[in-house]
Amino acid sequence: MSADNQLTRTQRDDLRAVAGMIVPASDEYNVPGADDAAIQADILATLGRDTKLVTAALDHLARLAGQPLAELDAARRDAVAQEFRKDGGAAAATLVRVVLQCYYRDDRVLRSLGLELRAPFPKGYVLPDGDWSLLDPVKARAGTLRRAP
Amino acid sequence: MKDPVDVLIIGAGASGAAVAWSLAETKMHILCLEQGGWMNPAEYPSTGRDWEAKFYGEWSSSPNVRGRPEDYPINDDDSPIKVVNYNAVGGSTVMYTAHWPRLHPSDFKVRTLDGVADDWPIDYDALTPFFEENDRMMGTSGLSGDPLSPLTHPPMPQQPLGLSGAIIGKTMNKLGWHWWPSDTTVATMDYEGRARCINLGHCTPACAQGAKSSTDITYWPHAVRAGVELRTHCRVREITTDENGMATGVVYYDQDGIEQVQPAHVVIVACNGVGTPRLLLNSKSDHYPNGLANSSGLVGKNLMFHPYAQIYGYVKEPTDSNRAPPTCLWSKEWYDTDLSRGFVRGYGVQFVRGAGPVFEAVVSEQKGILPWGADHHRVFRKLNGHRLGFSAICEDLPEEHNQVTLDPVLKDSHGIPAPKINYTISENSQKMMDHALARGREILEAAGATDICVNSPIPWGGWHLLGTARIGTDPKKSVVNEWGRTHDVKNLFIVDGSIFVTSGGVNPTSTIQALALYIADQMKQRLANLFD
Repeated sequence: MSADNQLTRTQRDDLRAVAGMIVPASDEYNVPGADDAAIQADILATLGRDTKLVTAALDHLARLAGQPLAELDAARRDAVAQEFRKDGGAAAATLVRVVLQCYYRDDRVLRSLGLELRAPFPKGYVLPDGDWSLLDPVKARAGTLRRAP
Repeated sequence: MKDPVDVLIIGAGASGAAVAWSLAETKMHILCLEQGGWMNPAEYPSTGRDWEAKFYGEWSSSPNVRGRPEDYPINDDDSPIKVVNYNAVGGSTVMYTAHWPRLHPSDFKVRTLDGVADDWPIDYDALTPFFEENDRMMGTSGLSGDPLSPLTHPPMPQQPLGLSGAIIGKTMNKLGWHWWPSDTTVATMDYEGRARCINLGHCTPACAQGAKSSTDITYWPHAVRAGVELRTHCRVREITTDENGMATGVVYYDQDGIEQVQPAHVVIVACNGVGTPRLLLNSKSDHYPNGLANSSGLVGKNLMFHPYAQIYGYVKEPTDSNRAPPTCLWSKEWYDTDLSRGFVRGYGVQFVRGAGPVFEAVVSEQKGILPWGADHHRVFRKLNGHRLGFSAICEDLPEEHNQVTLDPVLKDSHGIPAPKINYTISENSQKMMDHALARGREILEAAGATDICVNSPIPWGGWHLLGTARIGTDPKKSVVNEWGRTHDVKNLFIVDGSIFVTSGGVNPTSTIQALALYIADQMKQRLANLFD
């Protein structure tokens, strides 16, 4: 069963709201927020083993907010978010992590960062060999290996 | 009951593979039982766009997080350092950084030189030919001639310096401190059927290219071709003994979960510094009521981890990020004892090139340097691709209270009692870690780094599992003799990191494998009177 079906409508709304608070959209960087529909769909589709902790985090968030997060005014929402992050423990950390891990693999976000839209394998990357004359001072200074009797 | 084999090896990781390959030339019937299976590189994380997310789940370095059927749980609640490992053909060499220093000659004479711990019963010179043989088999890269490290002869050239390495090298030169390209088991050219490194960038959780050496692609193909039988998904419950106290074989669960008895004339344990004491303590009998080979009472004791003191920051210049093997350079500037520093012994340093975007975002948010809200994007672009790291591998001295025992409640999926870790960081290690962090901060500041963060110890940093069945000549003070045979059971050998007397300040796998080859060589020389 996908997380889509495991989270209630309210939990999904709160997840979207808090994700948008973590990473809002930016015109300056031409990126969506983490509350973007495609990113939310990725989160829900891949929640997997994190579902339990994320659900716990959302329950905690709901208790703090007392009503849907999106319906709070900005100041109250920020206060709830701060408290959630401060006292939310492993559950809150997991929720933040699943948001970020889906956000930072989104094509639009990677493009904005100047990163290629691909898995590392099989193309890999090229690494400059560098200037190995940097080692000359180390060779000149030498030193000795500690002797063993 | 199955037909008996001549030699039964438990564990197909770093040491089990080496000892199997070495003994294969005897043409004895050699069987290795491994609780994991063969790896499939097509499924490795770097083959997918979700490669970083996998590190938090099925490819976590922690068996407790990973929770694959091949893993066993470990109760490490009473340790600030959590155990990490991997269970498969290749063992934890599937999931390691491929950093390849050796113990130094002085590491074998700690009592004589510094008056602490104990000397080893063998010295560096005895292991030299096996270090060399192992480097050829594993396929190492590096630059010979480091003035502060034992002389090595890597068959492949060192990794590129890259962007991060150049910054580190310039900074260390400015400070007048030692640095050198690390010996690694990353192939920098095509080697023995392995393709050269193409900088997939996250060597630790397995290399889809096959450039990183792990024993499933180095020793094992040779050993299997030479006739060694490798039986996978077989978890050993206990080593059995007869009325004379000799090992008779093992009881294990096969891939269908069915209990099997496998008789053997010789048993070799290669399950690492946690798995080995667990197995020995689970092999109690009337003859060995305190666990097998435990007349000294030292099985499971003297656990050494290498506490890692890590510090990192962000420079203005771009670094290699995730587009290179994570480790590239080491320093031995603070390796040897200098009592003016306030502690005995020392630490090696491995420099870290950077991190991928997901890891950067997650960790920086946790550290409080990456904010929520509108400023998130600006700050992330300042951090991502600009990280430079310093990790000190601090020598842990043996202390009996740091130990592996059996958890009274926790069991694995076959109902076998799981290991429990009790471990504290000593005052000496803490001083060493603090010293390392201060040096790391000097380096990072000299490189112009800001937003400096610390992990000390690295919580999920229990990669090196050492000392829990130590080697020695005195049966009262050690578990195995100077050639790896247990003092108590004359046909039982241990070849993994648990036989370390002291830990040195370097990654141990090279030395673990050299020891395994040394013990195999000793066995071959003594075949006619192995049990005398």
